[in-house]
Amino acid sequence: MPLNRFTKDGHPIKFVQGNEAVVWGAIHAGCRFFAGYPITPSTEIAEGMARELPKVGGVFIQMEDEIGSIAAIIGASAAGAKAMTATSGPGFSLMQENIGYAYMTQLPIVIVDVQRGGPSTGLPTKLSQGDTMQARWGTHGDYTAVALAASSVQEAYEATIRAFNLACKLSTPVIVLLDELIGHMREKLVLKKPEEIHEEPRSFPTVPPEWYLPYDIPSDFIAHPSPFGEGYRYSITGLTHDRAGFPTSISAEITERLEALREKIVVHKQEIWDWKEYYTGDARILIVAYGSAARAARGAVEHLRRKRFKAGFLELKSIWPFPDGPLLSAAKHAKYVFVAENCMGQLIHPVKEALAGTHIRVVSVTRYDGHPLEPAQIVHAIKEEI
Amino acid sequence: MATQLSEIHEYLRWRKRFPTVWCAGCGIGTIMNNMLHAIHDLQIPKDDIALISGIGCSSRMPIYVDFNTLHTTHGRALPFAIGVKLARPEMTVIVVSGDGDGLAIGGNHFIHACRRNIDITMILINNSIYGMTGGQVAPTTPLGARAHTAPYGNIDPPFDAVELALAAGATFVARSTTYHIIQNINYIKKALQHKGFSVVEIISQCPTLYGRLNGIPDPRDMLLWEKENAVPLAKAKKMSPEELKGKIITGIFREDTQKPEYTEQVYELIRKLSKSNGGK
Ligand code: SF4
Repeated sequence: MPLNRFTKDGHPIKFVQGNEAVVWGAIHAGCRFFAGYPITPSTEIAEGMARELPKVGGVFIQMEDEIGSIAAIIGASAAGAKAMTATSGPGFSLMQENIGYAYMTQLPIVIVDVQRGGPSTGLPTKLSQGDTMQARWGTHGDYTAVALAASSVQEAYEATIRAFNLACKLSTPVIVLLDELIGHMREKLVLKKPEEIHEEPRSFPTVPPEWYLPYDIPSDFIAHPSPFGEGYRYSITGLTHDRAGFPTSISAEITERLEALREKIVVHKQEIWDWKEYYTGDARILIVAYGSAARAARGAVEHLRRKRFKAGFLELKSIWPFPDGPLLSAAKHAKYVFVAENCMGQLIHPVKEALAGTHIRVVSVTRYDGHPLEPAQIVHAIKEEI
Repeated sequence: MATQLSEIHEYLRWRKRFPTVWCAGCGIGTIMNNMLHAIHDLQIPKDDIALISGIGCSSRMPIYVDFNTLHTTHGRALPFAIGVKLARPEMTVIVVSGDGDGLAIGGNHFIHACRRNIDITMILINNSIYGMTGGQVAPTTPLGARAHTAPYGNIDPPFDAVELALAAGATFVARSTTYHIIQNINYIKKALQHKGFSVVEIISQCPTLYGRLNGIPDPRDMLLWEKENAVPLAKAKKMSPEELKGKIITGIFREDTQKPEYTEQVYELIRKLSKSNGGK
């Protein structure tokens, strides 16, 4: 039966996997460069980009490994392209060094990690949320991560668009954390019309080349190194650098650089934070989850409400920097916070840190056998505890 | 000479960044000079050049020259350069890499860049040792030579970068030494003009580490060693393997203009598809 391909108000409808939604999100956000390496369960993103990018004038290249993939997108970003790669746990591990490079050099890129079971080769075809902390701490050195999340095909599309806009706005790598369930399941996807999509442009210098400081530290802390070939010849290096972009070993310049890199994320955290609340107004029991675990949590909270429990659910659509503000407000009346995760417990750590000053009891609900958490398991854990 | 010097000065960030980190007598500065002469002779505008490197003594070069410069992570200069070239095909993209950076940690990227035949010029500075980290064995260290991680003599058979590039499909492959500066300029010029992946390997001297560890601490002696051991390709063809032992075969090993260039193919596909897509 042919599907009705448009909503009443003219939005194209697709019935696709989360991974394909990422492809549409990237294309609609202005992504014109993709480099990747096949890895389950993210490969459909590379395949979709190979198919769609050349049609809109973009470049697709399959690299020899994940290290080459992320290096190529950072190179393309230095040359002015909006660029993305997609991978899963093992490939994400290989990319970590260069994620730090993109952070240090303030070159916007998007990395989609469709998480699978680990450690090591783990469970290539099964879900996990075990890269939650790798997204935060994976690269070496003092680093402040930006990571978004999605719990549906529609959200995977929207998170990808947002990731590009944030990357360009903040001049930093942005990670989209999906998992095997979200990447592979099929749902309805309603595409935006071009005029509805805000596309944050790459920024270009406004001063003449002789005044140009590519790594200046303005009041919003964001440097926007000029794309190559625009007449602003300057130095990009992963070495700790001064405002002109040259290596430095002067104490004041080192601390100033590291602080500016952190501050630019911290002062914009409210813009980065994204979340959804269900019944949090009077919730004595609050569930916190993201991605595939959020789907189970929604079921659990509906069930508990039907049984007259004062339960609420905070779904995180951005993970790093951790949305402690929204958590504190959603947990205002809470006695218990249950952190539901498809891994052995990682998200629980920033939750505990955020709630450290309260008397709220924080409990972990986990499943790590490659299968998704189910609402019943969360409900059961809650009933056991309270 | 005076004009020559000022010609080169125009390409250097000499007001800001000099002196360099390189030791006195190091060959890398010579190669930087040769590269700048080649660029100057070809009159390539500075704005159109992207100079990209990884990590190591050789990889410090981008810091000192007035181009669009990208000093990246260890071994990864080539994939970064591929990204730049594909996103800005009109740019002249040059990679400068040491033997450890380009052939050990970056070896996989090296063979794949050769295979793709993407229009990038790679200047591979081979001094047979890891300089920046203090003299460890490299994938080019000759058998028996000493390094700080081969204190009893190297037992790892070395790579021949030229053979590797040829086997992997690079379409311009040449080798020279820091003694042969005119030849270097010519080879780099040819490589820059060649449409496809070009490798110019330049045998260089690291007196501070390789030289001192192997009994030739004076850079002049190392240059004389290069001079005495360099054998032009035509002559080498008439020599036996025994006679060629320990020699440096120099010359242009391949100049193939038939193999399709990668960037052109990528954009050809884009042109074809965006036309059938209504130029969207
Ligand atoms: S250590 Fe060797 S290669 Fe490095 S700058 Fe000194 S002489 Fe040159």
